[in-house]
Amino acid sequence: MASIVSIVDVVKEYKLGKVVVPALRGVSLEVQQGEFISIAGPSGSGKTTLLNLIGCVDTATRGHVVVNGKNTMNLSDRALTDLRLNTLGFIFQSFNLVSVLSVFQNIEFPLLLQQRYTRGERQKRVLELIEQVGLASHTRHRPNELSGGQRQRVAVARALVTRPKIILADEPTANLDSVTGQNIIDLMKDINAKDGTTFIFSTHDPKVMKHANAVIMLADGEVKGRMTPEASIHEVVGL
Amino acid sequence: MDKLRVLFEIGLRNLFARMMNVVIGGIILVGTLMVVAGGSLVSSVDESVSKSLRGSVTGDLQIYNGKSKEDVAVFGSNTGGDVDLTPMLSFPKVEAAVRSVPNVKDVVPMGIASALVNSGNTVDLTLEELRGLVKREEEEGRTPELDAQRESMKSHVQQIVSVIQDDRKNLDALIKRTAEDREADKDLVHAGSNDFWKNFEKDPDASLEFLENRVAPQVADADMLPLRYVGTDTVKFQRAFDRMTIVDGTSIPVGHRGFLFNKYTYEEMLKLRSARRLDKIKDALANGSTLAQDATLQRYVKENRNQPREIQLQLDPLKTKTAVARLQKDLGSTETNLAALLNAFFDTNDQNFSTRYDAFYRDLAPLLQLYRLRVGDVLTIKAFTKSGYQQSVNVKIYGTFLFKGLEKSSLAGAFNIMDLMSFRSLYGYLTSEKMQEISAIQKEAGAKSVDRAHAEDELFGEGASTSPTVTRSQSASTSELKDDASASALAGTGKAARRKRASTETFTQEQLDDGIVLNAAVTLHDPTKLDVTLKAIDAATSAQKLEIKTATWLQASGRLGQFVYLIKLVLFVAVLIIFIVLMVVMNNAVVMATLQRIREIGTVRAIGGGRGFVVMMILVESIVLGLVFGGVGALLGMGLITVLHAVGIRATSDQLFFFFGGPRLFPAVGWGSVFTGFFIVLFVTTLSTLYPAWLAMRVSPLRAMQSDD
Repeated sequence: MASIVSIVDVVKEYKLGKVVVPALRGVSLEVQQGEFISIAGPSGSGKTTLLNLIGCVDTATRGHVVVNGKNTMNLSDRALTDLRLNTLGFIFQSFNLVSVLSVFQNIEFPLLLQQRYTRGERQKRVLELIEQVGLASHTRHRPNELSGGQRQRVAVARALVTRPKIILADEPTANLDSVTGQNIIDLMKDINAKDGTTFIFSTHDPKVMKHANAVIMLADGEVKGRMTPEASIHEVVGL
Repeated sequence: MDKLRVLFEIGLRNLFARMMNVVIGGIILVGTLMVVAGGSLVSSVDESVSKSLRGSVTGDLQIYNGKSKEDVAVFGSNTGGDVDLTPMLSFPKVEAAVRSVPNVKDVVPMGIASALVNSGNTVDLTLEELRGLVKREEEEGRTPELDAQRESMKSHVQQIVSVIQDDRKNLDALIKRTAEDREADKDLVHAGSNDFWKNFEKDPDASLEFLENRVAPQVADADMLPLRYVGTDTVKFQRAFDRMTIVDGTSIPVGHRGFLFNKYTYEEMLKLRSARRLDKIKDALANGSTLAQDATLQRYVKENRNQPREIQLQLDPLKTKTAVARLQKDLGSTETNLAALLNAFFDTNDQNFSTRYDAFYRDLAPLLQLYRLRVGDVLTIKAFTKSGYQQSVNVKIYGTFLFKGLEKSSLAGAFNIMDLMSFRSLYGYLTSEKMQEISAIQKEAGAKSVDRAHAEDELFGEGASTSPTVTRSQSASTSELKDDASASALAGTGKAARRKRASTETFTQEQLDDGIVLNAAVTLHDPTKLDVTLKAIDAATSAQKLEIKTATWLQASGRLGQFVYLIKLVLFVAVLIIFIVLMVVMNNAVVMATLQRIREIGTVRAIGGGRGFVVMMILVESIVLGLVFGGVGALLGMGLITVLHAVGIRATSDQLFFFFGGPRLFPAVGWGSVFTGFFIVLFVTTLSTLYPAWLAMRVSPLRAMQSDD
């Protein structure tokens, strides 16, 4: 199976004044298309940094990040924006919905940015997704009229609407109760199974890790290993 | 397009999502309201002033001699005096050239000047009447009727002397008397004595001379009237300015010399002051003022109470008795002193004013001469000619007139009308008729005209003749000095002869056309084509090699036009200040709002929004804010103007009457102001959003990943 994400010896350093703080120290990994993969590790281990590099919202200090065959180190801001718009989807820990837009408009937003579809096509696709995430009765609601779980469902739908190859989710269940968190993971997994969309999500919750095909364990900015969910849970609990 | 729709939707929904937006919107709303309402008001005033000026004196355009040192200023120069215009000597040619332009409707020759006119005091007028009676008796012999009139008039003069004596006594208590005052007192005692009046029968001329020279000057109620007049072809003037309406009397007959008082000037300057004050109080009360609150009206009441002498001096003993009886009845008083009764009568308040006003015109006015000069009188106007000599003309007052809609305008009301021939006499420029007259006199006297260059040869050379010789320049100035006086000397001598001349002299249209004109008003068929016509007139006069300057009505109105510009400038500065403040406030507010939305902007960037999209998002939001609040402001401004249009803004002062073009201003919505307001709002909002938009553009998508903290 082809690698959809290939990370080779990536170093990411932040400068805090004169002090250089390493976030990732020579990380290498491969993610295959259709994987449902979790990046786990304690706080400060570099999970979010790694996701940012894959999501093209940040650039590596050294090394190569290849997404869908494109080395992001050589791309312009415009090309990176295009990559984010057409190949990637994001699910944020805090949902990050536009508060003044309705459920429908939030989900439609990326399609408008793409400027590729007619109004009818957009409407069809958005309504299908709303149905799929179980919010058919909330189409015209604003985010502040929804529960946390409902908001994250909207975020999932928004990430899916452009039919991206990869969806990145940063701690998608961190702000949700366990039942709601479980539902969101089920939803993501269901989509992964149906459409073959690659999911890469960070978490430090063992209950979430167990749903992954594989878990990439990070510690102190280094990959400790690519392991099965059971092994990773053991690792996490053991920590 | 759909993207723009969402941007508009985001902007629209964000309007009330933040308190800051409401504050900015409020400022935009007030600013637009001010621009729309203020702009509409100013353009309405502008239009009214245009109506006032075009309809009264300036016409649509003014033409004048291009050699003039100053520009034409119908309402006078900045210093208040008349501008120095070089006369147009060949006006018929100029008129023909101007009339050749198709849009020109009428050309009205003019000359505008000012003079001080002595209207004479009450004593002078009474003495003049007495002198008239004495003369009639000398000429026609004594009759019982003339005797009775003469006795009544003598009693009136004695009454006047008595009133002045009373005034003098009152003054004793107030000021220290000088030797001169004591001399004047002696004259009064003499004029009031029985000996004086016994002697009057023996030598009326000497007695009248004493009264005229020693008593009349002691009454200081003579006014020097500052008169501003337009010397013009009255027929053309009335035709061109159809707002002009005769109120009393008639127009000046064609070919006659004459004077028409502007009704405003006539009322304001020539009416008995007490009566004028009553009229003003009545007008003010009708407009909603009250005597209880208005300080100016209270001053009028006080002045009427304290200044009864003007009325007292007009009344002879018989009329005084009648006045006392009527006032006693009106007031229910037993007081016998006229001054005390008048004091009580004029003590008016909001309750009794209406009754007293009616009583004044019913009971007192018929006993009084309400105006110093009446229609039919002859007015002597003295003015300084261009060369600095004093010149005078006698003109018959044919009537009064007003400009419809500008009845109470002090500016339009300041213009009186005189025939152009009399104006030329006062201006002191020789007409061809005058030249002929002088040469006839010179011929009769055996004088011949010699140029200055040849004067020496003529006088002392071999060919020097023995006949009297005058140089041309001397002849001109001598004639200028005498003018009417010399002319009247030919017709007869003395005041009576001059008066006769003033009322009978006529002139032909040719004589009227053949003479100097200082400026001319041009009226147009289509006043909207002002600039085009101005250029066409310039071209037509240049083609005829006539050195003529053309000014628009606004330029010709001089300082008044500048005043309109000043109002516009004040509005412009106010608008500018509002929008500079708005720009600073808005810039800060949008920067703050942008900083608060960093995560939202980061999210947009993270899910695929480009930098351009983010800039558009911020700009469109501000434009929506400007459009919505600016639109509401413009609507409110238009609503305000519509209400004012229905109700009208009252002209509370005579000056406002002119600026409002009538008693009320009915402002109309100026679409120019609406568009200007909108344009400024959009410009300012866009400009003040550029920096925040630039900040937003630089927000990294990474900011989307940060937590709310």
